Amino acid sequence: MATDTQRSNRSDAAVLSVEGLRKRIKGKWIIHEVSFDVRPGEIFGFLGPNGSGKTTTIRMLVDLIKPTGGKVMIGGYNVQKQPEQALRHVGCIVENPEVYPYLSGWENLDHFARMQPGIGQDRIQEVVDIVGMDQRIHDKVKTYSLGMRQRLGIAQALLARPKLLILDEPTNGLDPKGIKELREFVRMLASQGMSLFISSHLLSEIQLMCDRVAIINGGRVLAVGTVSELIDENASYVLWQVDRREQAVALLSGLQEVTLLGQGEHGIEDAVLTAIPDAIITTVAPGAIPGIVQKLVAGGIGVEAVQKVSPTLEELFLKLTEGEGIV
Amino acid sequence: MSNLLPLIQNETLKIWKKKRFFVILFILAILIPIFTYAQMRMAENNKDKFTDWRSQLIQQIADYQNALTSDRIPEEWKQYRRIMVQQLTYYLENDVDPSAPNAVTFTRGFMNNAVTLFIPLLVLAIGSDLISGERSSGTIKMLLTRPVRRWKILLSKLVALIFYISLTIISTLILCYAISGVFFGYGGWKLPVFTGFIINGAEVDTSGVHAVPHWLYILMQAGLAWFSAVIVGLLAMMVSVLVRSTAASIVTMMATIIAGTILSNMAAAWDSAKYIFSVNLQLTSYLEGAPPPIEGMTMLFSVGVLAVWGLIALIISFGVFTKQDILN
Repeated sequence: MATDTQRSNRSDAAVLSVEGLRKRIKGKWIIHEVSFDVRPGEIFGFLGPNGSGKTTTIRMLVDLIKPTGGKVMIGGYNVQKQPEQALRHVGCIVENPEVYPYLSGWENLDHFARMQPGIGQDRIQEVVDIVGMDQRIHDKVKTYSLGMRQRLGIAQALLARPKLLILDEPTNGLDPKGIKELREFVRMLASQGMSLFISSHLLSEIQLMCDRVAIINGGRVLAVGTVSELIDENASYVLWQVDRREQAVALLSGLQEVTLLGQGEHGIEDAVLTAIPDAIITTVAPGAIPGIVQKLVAGGIGVEAVQKVSPTLEELFLKLTEGEGIV
Repeated sequence: MSNLLPLIQNETLKIWKKKRFFVILFILAILIPIFTYAQMRMAENNKDKFTDWRSQLIQQIADYQNALTSDRIPEEWKQYRRIMVQQLTYYLENDVDPSAPNAVTFTRGFMNNAVTLFIPLLVLAIGSDLISGERSSGTIKMLLTRPVRRWKILLSKLVALIFYISLTIISTLILCYAISGVFFGYGGWKLPVFTGFIINGAEVDTSGVHAVPHWLYILMQAGLAWFSAVIVGLLAMMVSVLVRSTAASIVTMMATIIAGTILSNMAAAWDSAKYIFSVNLQLTSYLEGAPPPIEGMTMLFSVGVLAVWGLIALIISFGVFTKQDILN
């Protein structure tokens, strides 16, 4: 993978640069040598299952946890040595958006605005408008729904016009509509030149939102690369739904670019398969699908649907650790 | 310093909005009338028995002296009575009523009794969730990821805490005076009080005794009570840094303070107990010349012990807070 050379070329320009980050808690290594860069204006995904060290790493990025080794540079400043300079450029929500329930939304924003010079009342109004909270901003936060707290958390994170926004599992607890809004919001911020660092344990989330991704498991970064090279290329199961299944299986098995997969040979989530129980599960060489469809049609088989499906996160890890994708 | 002020404003605002201080005022407004009533009943009772405060004082001295001859009373208690006899005699000889019923005397008495337990309790209401409250609500993650050094955050919290402690002492004085004045009258500011008794074992050295007007006495008392309260506040802050949950933090502090009160009543024979902070909280009793909980303790000693405890609490609080990992 070309990420190593890319990193050294780009590291001057990186908004966030993590080098050899390690953490030992009570004699146990939780994080081993984590390194990656986040570039200006990109949406960077941080993908890993629960307990993989995502949150610990994020906490080290924002000075909540002191690393045992390695360093974190934000905007050219070392977070551990110059937190005042480094964190000026960062907005973050670590885990849940925590705000003071006994204050109103506005008072919360005012509170955090006071912690940094140069944020006036007009800027508070601006971020309130950005997250669309004008209606309820003067109500006490304890009356807010989780979605509204999330918005308030984001408003707080945006107050200081950060260059980097860190969101830890931002879709947790949101309904589908909220998730869609969040996705659009993230795109909008990135289009304005902000870098975003988004952690998630959901492959699909990262796929939909991010440009590049670091995949972490067991406290190690398994790979860093663009979403298309890391996930999409490893993600191409193809499900076929046809009217004459047996003929289709016979035809497909004769093709070189197709590999048929039986039960237990694939890593597709059960939830996907229960919806289409009679699907033929295959992997297909890149770019071969249109030709295969033509062959099926020519063979008198009606194609109802062809579907690309992602593997589970576990399987992706397996593929990344098996092959040469280990960074 | 300029960027510390908005932080202090934040912390002061948060304590205010949490309505903790209102709780304190509410407790004071409930309890003071109860004590006032009790005091009033006592005064009425005495008025029935004695026409003159002098005869009451003579009776009191006689009671103490009777107790001194009894074999059933332990030696430590006798010592206390011996000292009281000498003090009361001094008051009698100088023709000053030590407990003239008025709002100022009541306030003096209340402060003297409140300083070991009641005021520390009120301080805990504010100080115990200073840090642990931010931890349990998770807001500490927001607070510590802003571009502000951690020691500044803690310092701003400390300043806000001391501000509210001062306010608590002032409110106690004002409420005491205002409420008890309704029953006892608002006079008595200029009545003399004797201070400067020096206690040597069972003997009271009256050579340093001088009369001060009541207002000055109450001012000195409030200053000492404030000092005790601030030390309790510093310790509460330290526990709040070390312990994750607010409940645990309150219980820890309560236990040590109550233990101190119990110890000072029974540990006269255990000499090294005098280095425990909560045994030293009653600074105000040195002012009125009451015998110390443990022989050999003086005002200077107690202030010193408390100062050392406060300093250690500060060092631990700042040392731990600026370095600790926020894991949850």
